[in-house]
Amino acid sequence: MATNTQQIGSGSTGSRLRGQAFKIVLWLCITASVVLLCLLLVETLRDGIPGLTGTLFANFPSFNPAKAGLQSALMGTLWLMAVVIVFIVPVGVGTAIYLEEYADRNRWWNRLIEVNIQNLAAVPSIVYGILGLAFLVRGPASLGRTVLAGGLTLGLLVLPVVIITGREAIRAVPPSIREGSMALGATQWQTIWKQVLPASIPGMATGVILAISRAIGETAPLILVGAATFVAFNPSGLDSAFTALPLQIFNWLSQPQDEFKTLAAAGIIVLLVMLAGMNGIAVWLRNRYEQKW
Amino acid sequence: MTDLDPPDTSTGHAAITPRALQVREPAPTDLASRERIFSIEDVTISYSGKAAVRDIAFPIYKNEITALIGPSGCGKTTLLRALNRMNDLIPTAKVEGKVFYHDIDLYDSAVDPVQVRKRIGMVFQKPNPFPKSIYDNIAFGPRVLGMKGDMDSIVESALRKGALWDEVKDRLKTNAFGMSGGQQQRLCIARALAIEPDVILMDEPCSALDPISTGRIEDLMDELRADYSIVIVTHNMQQAARVSDMTAFFTVELGQDDSRTGRVVEYDATEKIFTSPSDPRTEAYVTGKVG
Repeated sequence: MATNTQQIGSGSTGSRLRGQAFKIVLWLCITASVVLLCLLLVETLRDGIPGLTGTLFANFPSFNPAKAGLQSALMGTLWLMAVVIVFIVPVGVGTAIYLEEYADRNRWWNRLIEVNIQNLAAVPSIVYGILGLAFLVRGPASLGRTVLAGGLTLGLLVLPVVIITGREAIRAVPPSIREGSMALGATQWQTIWKQVLPASIPGMATGVILAISRAIGETAPLILVGAATFVAFNPSGLDSAFTALPLQIFNWLSQPQDEFKTLAAAGIIVLLVMLAGMNGIAVWLRNRYEQKW
Repeated sequence: MTDLDPPDTSTGHAAITPRALQVREPAPTDLASRERIFSIEDVTISYSGKAAVRDIAFPIYKNEITALIGPSGCGKTTLLRALNRMNDLIPTAKVEGKVFYHDIDLYDSAVDPVQVRKRIGMVFQKPNPFPKSIYDNIAFGPRVLGMKGDMDSIVESALRKGALWDEVKDRLKTNAFGMSGGQQQRLCIARALAIEPDVILMDEPCSALDPISTGRIEDLMDELRADYSIVIVTHNMQQAARVSDMTAFFTVELGQDDSRTGRVVEYDATEKIFTSPSDPRTEAYVTGKVG
């Protein structure tokens, strides 16, 4: 063995050291981000757990911290997410199908749509807030400061995410499946509806859940479309005024009393649990139904 | 001497002895009396304006197995896919000339490609079962075509024809991806048979399979010949010699601009192609000197 090593050469010590150094730097990077995240979580949990009481869920906002709760915000968030889902699933999936299965990439308008969707995913959320205010709350749609306007604004914000993940899911279905289906006399529509879509549902569902978990934490666009921060009733319908969890947290944090800080931390925990739950479902879906081709 | 018209009986083809390849009923030696299922007439297929195959013309006969052989890139698959309009799925592909199926021009503007594919099924190079149960793989075609009848018996009958029933009858509801490659390919054949086609096109159906699975599929093809017409593209010359009745030998012509265009050199009874081909290029290929 010794002779072999000599014949091959042991390599320069310098390059091996550089390799080691690089590994240590990468390790430090990941440690820094994980430690910071843990600190934040621990801090929030320590502040918030005392606030996680029945009152928090049973009561509406109040100027008295002992009586204040976030039921209206929680319900508002649930309503918003329902609107977001109803909006983004058909529109996002439909767009993804069009772009993957029908669009002729030689046509400039199809390429333009593609580039636009990529760019829209990177537009700051406040811009969507302005859009929502100008076109949905006022302007052509004139929906007012309602659940519907808020939900549609958030839906527009996350639509590019749904379209992009939906396209990836469709693209992951191999062309041989389409050919096999068409060769049996199925039409293009039957092929898409009965073969391509069922095979890409796990990927699409993952995309939708990730999109919702982005929408659920958004604050800026909701402030712009005029979600109130102090709403002492649950939304009664699409045309109802509303508030949402991030707004309620924001509101509590801006209060002078320390008790509200506890409530805010408790609100953050509620939001985090919802987020973690949704991401967990997304991971489970991916692992459970992922198709190996 | 690139492509041949169907040889008429007066020029020596009447003298072909019954094919000695395995135990096979001799096909009628009188070519004119055999019923044609396809007539390919001066077909040129191009992708983005570049011809992949040029001036193809030969008939394909009913209840026979017709093999398309030749080196890679000679357009065998391209021609095969023109027979059930699968080339329509490639936006840049263009078919010129006429392909008659019985007496219908497949490329007539009034012909719906979906209807064509109901009559002319296809089995692909790589087994491509749907990510569904064995049962649903078979039932998919009959369901989308709205076929009448008891689905259970349609599925059973297709699996029996595909020589797969005994192996899978106890696990019809399990995912087709759990089958071996050879079973998957027979499932794909059974799936094609379930919609009761007239013709089955096979694009190198055994290239991804081991010799035992290949043998089973060849046996199956031999049985299917009674009810169906089969056109098979194969790289395996022994396979063409074993299973087919007629063979078309393709070659690649290099153009001035490095373009590669497939032409048919010789089309004849398989035995003739493999024992006494009339073109030296065919002889060189089938004897393994080139290709």
